[in-house]
Amino acid sequence: MSDKDLDEAGTGRRHALECMIWAGTGVLWTVSGGVPKSLALLTAAEAATVGANDFTFLQISDSHIGFDKPANPHAIDTLQEAIDRIKALPVKPAFMLHTGDITHLSKPDQFDTAAQMIGSTGIDVHYVPGEHDIADEGLGAAYMQRYGKGTQGNGYYSYDQNGVHFVGLVNVAGMKAGGLGVLGPDQLTWLEADLKPLATSTPIVVFAHIPLWSIYPSWGWGTDDAAIALGFLKRFGSVTVLNGHIHQLMQKVEGNVTFHTARSTAFPQPAPGTAAAPGPMLVPADQLRGLLGITSVAYVQGNAELAITDTALADK
Amino acid sequence: MRALAVALALTGSLCGPALAETVTIHISNFTFAPAQITVKVGTTVTWTNDDDIPHSVIENAHKFHSTPLDTGNTFSMTFTDPGEVDYFCGFHAMMQGKIIVTQ
Repeated sequence: MSDKDLDEAGTGRRHALECMIWAGTGVLWTVSGGVPKSLALLTAAEAATVGANDFTFLQISDSHIGFDKPANPHAIDTLQEAIDRIKALPVKPAFMLHTGDITHLSKPDQFDTAAQMIGSTGIDVHYVPGEHDIADEGLGAAYMQRYGKGTQGNGYYSYDQNGVHFVGLVNVAGMKAGGLGVLGPDQLTWLEADLKPLATSTPIVVFAHIPLWSIYPSWGWGTDDAAIALGFLKRFGSVTVLNGHIHQLMQKVEGNVTFHTARSTAFPQPAPGTAAAPGPMLVPADQLRGLLGITSVAYVQGNAELAITDTALADK
Repeated sequence: MRALAVALALTGSLCGPALAETVTIHISNFTFAPAQITVKVGTTVTWTNDDDIPHSVIENAHKFHSTPLDTGNTFSMTFTDPGEVDYFCGFHAMMQGKIIVTQ
């Protein structure tokens, strides 16, 4: 199914849940009744029925500030388009998640630009790093200086919003030669303790840069010790795992766990195995904005699943 | 690989003082090419990134590492001790290479 097909097929919530693959701007999530659903796609009538504990949040990912190669020489502009779209949302999200690769090369001016542009939304942002954010001489020192306050280890943390427990994990630090993303024993120990006091009815949202399920290991699209983390999450009735890294939409539901990757705002990458390597994918200029986007998630209290909606920059 | 090493050694000897030997490893399509190379002690190895995405060079035990290499950027190391040097890309850990340094 092409992205064009998706656009023409309509943008209803049910459709969004059925169609897993959109391309990358950002994702607005609404958590309502335990079901994340994407806010951008809420109709006015649906929005009017939102309960007191219901809320939405937005996911943006892989902004790669500093990227200027042929796949998108104007990655700053497409990020700005995503931000303009966020500012224009009819329902202001409770907060945003940024699932990493904020910058392209971990340079101070790239972090500064990110802070200015993303900060202009006036919405709180919870970050986790991508591998492009910890490539400075200090291998992550620059990221921690900016985003490390109140976090554990190399930047992981948790917080609660309206009864939903959010966990930001770091799986880009300490990667070994030939390995995939890694959480590491310290973070796993912390995670187990963090989840321990929670009732199994607590909706959980986990976010990290590299997918926590194995998408395409030969391209590095997976996390070596994710199974241990997912073991800790198994007892919960509603678990939503949000990732970036692969610059394309992908979703999988396994038991009570929904895995979802967001689009990039910078450049698309090929579908697994469809190219010699996972580098930036060059597409005709008029197709680029169909492959970049944001994701919204809606939580409705009482629903077991959050509703996830992906919106491409090209979407009306 | 043995033939390549011999060829490199030969090139070095033909080009005058062998001590200043240099070797280039191209990073292209998410691979180090050549992925394994044998050089003499004193050789300077230069990595050049030909991809349109950054890569880096990290020795497996973090004995040395480059900063991010954007398109066209290079990183050089001179190997003064014999032995094997295994390295990978900090952005894409599945990319691996080896340098065998001989007397």
